[in-house]
Amino acid sequence: MTSVNTPSAILMLQDGHVFYGQSFGKTGTVTGEICFNTGMTGYQEVFTDPSYTGQVLIMNNAHIGNYGVKKEDVESKSVTINGLIARNLESKYSRHMADGSLLDYCEEQNLVAIAGIDTRALVAHIRNKGAMNCLISTEITDLEEARKVLNDCPDMAGLELAGMVSTKEEYELGDPASPLKVSVLDFGVKQNILKCMTDRGMHLRVHPSKTSFKRLQEFNPTGYFLSNGPGDPAAMPYAVETIKEILAENKPVFGICLGHQLLALANNIATFKMHHGHRGLNHPVRNLVTGLCEITTQNHGFGVVPEEVNNHPEIEITHVNLNDNSIEGIRVKNKPAFSVQYHPEATPGPHDSRYLFDDFAKMMS
Amino acid sequence: MPIDRSIHSVLIIGSGPIIIGQACEFDYSGSQAARSLREEGIKVILINSNPATIMTDPMMADKVYLLPLNVESIEQILQENQIDAVLPTMGGQTALNLCKEAEELGIWEKYNCRLIGVDVKAIDTAEDRDQFRQLMGRIGIKVAPSHVANSFLEGKEFAQQIGFPLVIRPSFTLGGTGGGFVHDKSELDAALKRGLEASPIHEVLVEKAVLGWKEFELELLRDKNDNVVIICTVENLDPMGVHTGDSITVAPAMTLSDTAYQEMRNQAILMMRSLGNFAGGCNVQFAMNPENEDIIAVEINPRVSRSSALASKATGYPIAKIAAKLAIGYNLDELKNQITQTTSAYFEPALDYVIVKMPRWNFDKFKGANDTLGLQMKSVGEVMAIGRCFNEALQKACQSLENDAVGLGYYGKSLMKNQELTEYIKTPKWDRIFRIKDALMQGTTVKSIVQATGIDQWFLYQIQKICTIEKEIKEHTLDDMPVELLKEAKVNGFSDVQISKLVKSQTSEDEVYDKRKSLGISRVYKMVDTCSAEFEAKTPYFYSTFEG
Repeated sequence: MTSVNTPSAILMLQDGHVFYGQSFGKTGTVTGEICFNTGMTGYQEVFTDPSYTGQVLIMNNAHIGNYGVKKEDVESKSVTINGLIARNLESKYSRHMADGSLLDYCEEQNLVAIAGIDTRALVAHIRNKGAMNCLISTEITDLEEARKVLNDCPDMAGLELAGMVSTKEEYELGDPASPLKVSVLDFGVKQNILKCMTDRGMHLRVHPSKTSFKRLQEFNPTGYFLSNGPGDPAAMPYAVETIKEILAENKPVFGICLGHQLLALANNIATFKMHHGHRGLNHPVRNLVTGLCEITTQNHGFGVVPEEVNNHPEIEITHVNLNDNSIEGIRVKNKPAFSVQYHPEATPGPHDSRYLFDDFAKMMS
Repeated sequence: MPIDRSIHSVLIIGSGPIIIGQACEFDYSGSQAARSLREEGIKVILINSNPATIMTDPMMADKVYLLPLNVESIEQILQENQIDAVLPTMGGQTALNLCKEAEELGIWEKYNCRLIGVDVKAIDTAEDRDQFRQLMGRIGIKVAPSHVANSFLEGKEFAQQIGFPLVIRPSFTLGGTGGGFVHDKSELDAALKRGLEASPIHEVLVEKAVLGWKEFELELLRDKNDNVVIICTVENLDPMGVHTGDSITVAPAMTLSDTAYQEMRNQAILMMRSLGNFAGGCNVQFAMNPENEDIIAVEINPRVSRSSALASKATGYPIAKIAAKLAIGYNLDELKNQITQTTSAYFEPALDYVIVKMPRWNFDKFKGANDTLGLQMKSVGEVMAIGRCFNEALQKACQSLENDAVGLGYYGKSLMKNQELTEYIKTPKWDRIFRIKDALMQGTTVKSIVQATGIDQWFLYQIQKICTIEKEIKEHTLDDMPVELLKEAKVNGFSDVQISKLVKSQTSEDEVYDKRKSLGISRVYKMVDTCSAEFEAKTPYFYSTFEG
């Protein structure tokens, strides 16, 4: 019997709600900001996406783990989420090309997970009450004690996490003979973003998040890339300053997700913490330039303030979200600089928006 | 582009009598379309020869004609009414054929009536195997290798080139009549002869059979602006070789990685965009080699179909309703999600439950009929069940078949032994799923069943869970059953009557019900809301489940 013999675990929310479930994989206690992802494929890519650092993730899809895990299906070297919550986590899988089960992967990657949770009720709760911290524990049974541990979990707003997940050393990727040279500012970049650029013939030098503009320039780049990443963009004044210097140089700039928020901040547009964010593979976006639509992958808990973009004389809105009219893409007028809030590289998700990497390449040629 | 205001009245063609392979799904799509057009202020005129449908209820359309589905009737309707456009995609193959016939006779043109939501050339390309193959070649989509043969010798030659196993598909026969699989050389001559004779033009398609590959279906919508969304992915539990109408199917796809799925999504979109110019629903079928995840396109149906009715119910996204709006000129991003009423209709539904569709056969009423499942659909209906896990949905589906099944267990339990069972399940028949469970109960390994059936092991591991719970329940009386076990059984879709029959003690269904109620194990109700609870739903529908 699965549930009779498996150890139990608790999930406690900051607002006091407690859910009981079963432990899956690694045992222990973890905390983080709770969020949910509605995607139905690509769980391993999601678990290893550095933008999820500091978060405990609910997977809405009914079964997670069905096709096991595969070495290549990762967005960074290791699992980045703090904890995992699902209705059904599967230890038995089916995929000839897989390297192992999700259960072993959780053990190996120190991922504490809880199964058997009424995720639908939980998601509806988060949707109504907003993002909050939570705790998963397979060892603490005393709720008072759990509450104490949970209280020590820092608030996501004001938290700088990019420095933690950024590369420590510079490295280069792609063809050194390429005329397209991109200085990448790594705030927690996803592997497939880099791959989308090298696939288009770009030669990349990836820099730690706190690299100075001067050092970025030394690569003699044809363009700059501002990566995705975790945490609050407003807690990264160092990056905003660097981006201001980059913009002054008038070379092509492309930003994704956190990079988009930082590009906005560098233009004096404020960012804000969203109620519960956008995370999934089905977010509808209209490209205002072409009039065409794209289904996008999203993962963000912060956004740019729409009013400040609307009233900005030097910023043009290029993409909007069709569900809530939030800002999905901007362009700096009279400068070759643009950014999107969503993830055009997808992985996981639809490939509808990969044309943006072509646009970036064209801009630099 | 917004709604085309020059369309004031639309003719919807129904699908006529209910036959095997074409049933009430078109009543559903026709009714949805009628409602969808009328709420835009468009006058709807409807023709159907079958009065036993919802769509022919007087309140569904402005005018209903109960007439034979032929061109004479169409002409009569056009004479009696000013009709601006005809929407032929809601009534299945019957409506499309009638529409094409009228088109060839120039009737639509004569009465100045436009065809909407369809591209006749696209339908022809999709239906003509040779044209389809050529188009796929041009756009770089892989299909199973095949050749059209017009003689016995030609057929034999191609068969040798392609290699076994093969499928022989006669041209221009209905519902796959005269077609079949050829597993080796010894079966070839007879199959080829049968196929050529069945075809009115003495023509067959000799095609490489991808038996054992996994089968998937994608339901798509496309608008005039070429925006495309995937509404639903469906995985067939039965591998290639069993007609989708006769397969147990599951939504969303259970065993697809994101890499494999996105490849399928990209190909489906490319196929749909390359296939003529139309706005509406479409269904694409793929086969995937489980070894290396290579995929080939099996077919594309540029119209509302049986699977889109299922996809609508499975996701909550009203495909026919939206397809009707796309036909009169709307684009997807101009419409609202009908369930949330606040978010966009241009999106891809997310599910937080599992759908199992199970066909219902009536072989006991067709004495002497061959009950082996294959290329020709034999089921007379189907049930769809919703659960928060695959096992719950599967067992609910079994319970809904309106036969003696009270779950996956306990249904005409087979007396066959291990070896016999493994042999028996090699051939797809109506009771295969029940016999697979019998085999697992007897200790047959998942691996042997995979080898015998080609069914993906993920589903078998799940069914194994049902077996484990069943065995455990048998160890107990109702009184000494642990609460966790009872809970686990309910979560996995065991019905109260099923549990009452399994426990050691003589127990009634009511006693099981009372016991679990006293333990606080009660049904909860969840929504089908298109969005996995991300947004508030205004008009969802509900299903019951058990949460741990």
